[in-house]
Amino acid sequence: MTADATSAPAAKAAAPAARGPRARTTTGYLRYGAGKVGGAVVSLLAVLVTGFFLFRLIPGDPVKTMTGGRPISAEQLAAYRKEFGLDLPLWEQFTDYCGKALTGDLGTSYQVRAPVIDKISEALPNTLLLTGTAFVLYTVLGIVLGTRSAWRNGGLGDRLNTGLALTLYSIPSFWLGLLLIIVFSVGIGPIPGLFPTGGMESGGEEGFAYVLDVAHHLVLPVVTLVAVEYGQTLLVARSALLDEMGSDYLTTARAKGLRDDLVRRRHAVPNALLPTVTLVFVNLGRTVAGVILVETVFSWPGLGGLFYQALSVPDLPLVQGLFLFFASAVIVMNTLADLVYPLLDPRVGR
Amino acid sequence: MTTETKGVTAGPRALAWQRRRRSAVRFWQQYRTHRAGLAGLAGLAFFALLALTAPLTVGSDVSSVTGAPGRPMESPSGEFPLGTDQFGRNLLGLVVWGSRVSLLVGLLAAALSVAIGALVGITAGHFKGAYATVLMRITDWFLVMPTLVLAIALATVMSRSLGTVVLAIGVTSWPTTARLVRAQTLAVESRPYIERAKALGGGHWHIMSRHVLPNVMPLVLAQTTLMISSSILAEATLAFLGLGDPTVVSWGGLLQDAREAGAVSSGNWWYLVPPGIAIAVVALAFTLCGRAVESVLNPRLGVAR
Repeated sequence: MTADATSAPAAKAAAPAARGPRARTTTGYLRYGAGKVGGAVVSLLAVLVTGFFLFRLIPGDPVKTMTGGRPISAEQLAAYRKEFGLDLPLWEQFTDYCGKALTGDLGTSYQVRAPVIDKISEALPNTLLLTGTAFVLYTVLGIVLGTRSAWRNGGLGDRLNTGLALTLYSIPSFWLGLLLIIVFSVGIGPIPGLFPTGGMESGGEEGFAYVLDVAHHLVLPVVTLVAVEYGQTLLVARSALLDEMGSDYLTTARAKGLRDDLVRRRHAVPNALLPTVTLVFVNLGRTVAGVILVETVFSWPGLGGLFYQALSVPDLPLVQGLFLFFASAVIVMNTLADLVYPLLDPRVGR
Repeated sequence: MTTETKGVTAGPRALAWQRRRRSAVRFWQQYRTHRAGLAGLAGLAFFALLALTAPLTVGSDVSSVTGAPGRPMESPSGEFPLGTDQFGRNLLGLVVWGSRVSLLVGLLAAALSVAIGALVGITAGHFKGAYATVLMRITDWFLVMPTLVLAIALATVMSRSLGTVVLAIGVTSWPTTARLVRAQTLAVESRPYIERAKALGGGHWHIMSRHVLPNVMPLVLAQTTLMISSSILAEATLAFLGLGDPTVVSWGGLLQDAREAGAVSSGNWWYLVPPGIAIAVVALAFTLCGRAVESVLNPRLGVAR
């Protein structure tokens, strides 16, 4: 959603976010880690508070929203309000909500009358399968193409690579998904429908056949997600490597007589990796957006699909629960990344 | 440049204008060397013309369901070059008409986002200490947050209108700008002339508005251009998810209509392709312009020409 990956200064501006105080010694690292974890806890609390007030204080009666504007008797209204705890004073609602959220109770869905947390844990593995596969693929693809592109900066390959990445970056992911469905699932002209139009399984398969079936369903959503996401990794990796290009140590490596290829792989790329990986994690929020859209388009039974269903009702407790979940997941992932960096690269925290 | 400028009669205002005109000319001369940037500019000019002349070429009747000229879901033909939608409306006209909303929302949301970002960035860079710390923590929080989820949540709880969409995109996408502007502000404020201005009694407002702002403006300009492209994409996304204003025609809304009308399963590609291409071309054009502006202002970036 943000334009940060397309602009190289953004990359530089965001990268220091991951850097903290000195992390040379064990105590230094512990202090650094404690700071990061403390910051994450504050962020999570902020998410909790935002999640509550966003869905309460804004005009509109949740019960009216729930009934979809249909006429409803005063008794029914009161019964609904009581069921969802909306008759209590706002302050009590808030403390109640915080207490419950901290123990993993995210309320009850208006629509299906099931605990929100159950719906989330049902859908989570499917989302992890889709996102995890796509994440690995687009990170690797972006880094490989981005560093190659920077190494031959200004050449034909670089221009083609950057141009393609920028074009794919400008394409709405849901539109690309719809087009892929038309071309490869429905079939167009001589091309037969090669892949399923949506869902995660055909049903009735077991064992290895089931795995193959799921993989078959996974192809188009993963391709869509990789296509729209790899561009930003590519651009960041490219600008990170360009920053290293003039360095003395590369001249030294060449003077030693190393092949150009080895200079790139052994010397230049490792130094460009860290800012890239930092940005990949900072941009996880954007990936969440891509996942929501791709799952919606391909009817993938994951969190994104659930979010879309909840939106169209609108089922406020479910939207709220998913909001809390997505935000917390991104914060936790970023904190984990922050904790791992100093172990990978001693320059962090300098 | 000639004798006029050297004349003693030229006041400080005239001199300032002269300087600005000269730097604009220099900027354009450098920008002209970026072929991708020129292509982006041409694309923008085309779509701006399309949107501005839409009332003359297609008229607002095009979105009327009752007076639709064709039969539902017609394939492209001589009369309807892009076919018709499920109400029999002319799709070419709808795509042209939709450019107005998509561009308007994109521009307004980007303006709002960059305004918030610049305000936060300049004040956080100028007033150091606790205020800046708190502000930058909030910025970092927003930076990491899944912005689309936040925007969706905002759009869900508010009424369906263009204002809501602009607000939802604007208040969720400012942190990148804030970080960039703050970094630039810190760089500007460390220069001696700021110290001079302070010594002469310049207050906070004077320094921020007369010294810092003009220096961060080029950066803000580049950032705005990039932000418009992502705002247009965000608008299309929200409209596609059914969170836009249902009474207006926009590119994202057209795609949602297409999906609901079953254009995907029946393979009616002519319904889906044009709005998507329009979104992609406009977003790409703004991105190309933004990158060209950026590399003119900061040649170290090494953006391919």
